[in-house]
Amino acid sequence: MTFFDVVVVGAGQAGLAMSHALTLRGVDHLVLERGEIGGAWRTSRWDSLKLLTPNWANGLPGVPYCGPDPDGFMPVAKFADTLAYYAASMSAPVRTHTRVERVHKTEDGFAIRTSDGEIRCRALVLATGACARPQVPSVALDVPASVQHTTPSRYRRPTDLPPGEVLVVGASASGVQLAREIQGSGRPVTLSVGAHTRLPRTYRGRDIEWWLEETGMMDVGLEEIDDLERARRTPSPQLIGGTHPVDLNALQAVGIEIVGRLAGIRCDKAQFSGGLAQVCASADLKMGRFLTAVDELACIQDGEPLAPADRPEPTCLPASPTLEKHLGGGGIRSIVWATGYRPDFSYLDLPVFDRRRHLIHRAGVCCVPGLYVLGLPFLRRRRSPQISGVGPDSEAVSQHLANFLSGQKDIAA
Amino acid sequence: MTTFSTPTDVNNGVNVKALLDARTALTSAPEAAEFTWRAECSWIKGTHSQASIAGFYGLGAEQTHSRTFRIDADHPTQFAADDAGPTPVEIVLSALASCLTGGVAAVAQNRGIQLQKVTAIVEGDMNLYGILGIDTDVRNGFSAIRITFDIDADASPEDIAALVAQSQKRSAVFDIITNPTNVLVSVI
Repeated sequence: MTFFDVVVVGAGQAGLAMSHALTLRGVDHLVLERGEIGGAWRTSRWDSLKLLTPNWANGLPGVPYCGPDPDGFMPVAKFADTLAYYAASMSAPVRTHTRVERVHKTEDGFAIRTSDGEIRCRALVLATGACARPQVPSVALDVPASVQHTTPSRYRRPTDLPPGEVLVVGASASGVQLAREIQGSGRPVTLSVGAHTRLPRTYRGRDIEWWLEETGMMDVGLEEIDDLERARRTPSPQLIGGTHPVDLNALQAVGIEIVGRLAGIRCDKAQFSGGLAQVCASADLKMGRFLTAVDELACIQDGEPLAPADRPEPTCLPASPTLEKHLGGGGIRSIVWATGYRPDFSYLDLPVFDRRRHLIHRAGVCCVPGLYVLGLPFLRRRRSPQISGVGPDSEAVSQHLANFLSGQKDIAA
Repeated sequence: MTTFSTPTDVNNGVNVKALLDARTALTSAPEAAEFTWRAECSWIKGTHSQASIAGFYGLGAEQTHSRTFRIDADHPTQFAADDAGPTPVEIVLSALASCLTGGVAAVAQNRGIQLQKVTAIVEGDMNLYGILGIDTDVRNGFSAIRITFDIDADASPEDIAALVAQSQKRSAVFDIITNPTNVLVSVI
């Protein structure tokens, strides 16, 4: 058995940012990674995926982006390489291919059972992120056996799917990208659309990420949000790392049929909600509010004049959206569940979950002393789950953690 | 970001504080949030029936309305009936409009928007080939439902549109109509 003051679970951007922060504070620690550094970016994403934020927005603590293409979008495998290089350049103490199987409380910290023996520590940082597992609705149990189904974590490329019609369930970032890619492969796509977040890739000549920064949206903190649960559930915007438009109008223009939220499966038929107009109107209204905030900001900015307000058209709807589709022969042959991701803390044998099995924390500080978490939606700010969010969050959380460790040592003394 | 005036100078007759307090209370008492609504319907004559609505279950106990409400339903004379009440499908449309209208008032109160007038016109299209069994490809129910709100309020058109959107998002009847529900009919 080995002992460290701090163990960090996960060597993605959050875990490495934490390692960076702990190193600066001189805190003894170990980072555990079940696969290679940058793991999920290498093994659980599809081939064509690029980061949703432009390169300039993806600096890591101590290493801002300084490559030749600040406005470009990096393939995720290349980002994983960047993370490996980052870890090597700071000699981060990462133990790869070591899976955390169980964590329980000890008198003075935590015992971690790993695939490579037991490790003990005083403090533990969960940096496995918000997207550890695909979230699949229970209606998936009713899919007939003749229909193949997959998730964005397993899907790699359109040829993984059988020929014929494809139902993509979910119209957030993953769903709209996959719908477009699969339609392009000659498989006719139906896209099931529930509540979603619409944003244009660029507005007034700037990337939307630039406006999210300028308006201060990314730095909105916990205390400014009146319904934190809702803010944490907000779906990822319909964006792609690139210039191809992926909003519902663009998808319909290439022949994708949009239908309402998948409400049920009955007698080998998928049933869709009749509320498509409502979710589209809501998304258009929310986008409009944000773009109005951008317009107001653009009015008071001096310096170089901005491009005119190029607002996207309201979402066009089919005259009478389809309410039912046959599953199986002659109908939908495969389904992609782009219904979101969820964190996976199933390895924690600790009383830290609410009744819905969500980890209880306040700004990354859990209710068991010495336990911390990073990389979740609105952990501290809207920026938190983004690459640019892990730096400030690990800085703040490591401060709390360092105080906790020195307090423990004071008690011991 | 939209800024709202202080809700205290706005009165749409909705006790938002009580609703928000109830939300907080029910969050920590999930069993109290389990409600069962009911109505009892008696045949009178022909297609005329009368439903009585008196009690419901919720907050962990049987509850009663302040009085028993009665709703007659029938069919118009064009259906060779006595027209002793609206048709059941009109009651469904009316329930949808009432649910959304009540929602508009509650959301407006919460957002500090004073309402002056709210009118909802609701229409449902139906092809009688369905219920008459003339064409099995035609469904019995509505092929489409449209609701048009006319709202006079101290707010911008965008804020009024947002009120209506949020009202749909939280509407029980909107959900009942737009999504499938398991229905079990039995005989004693």
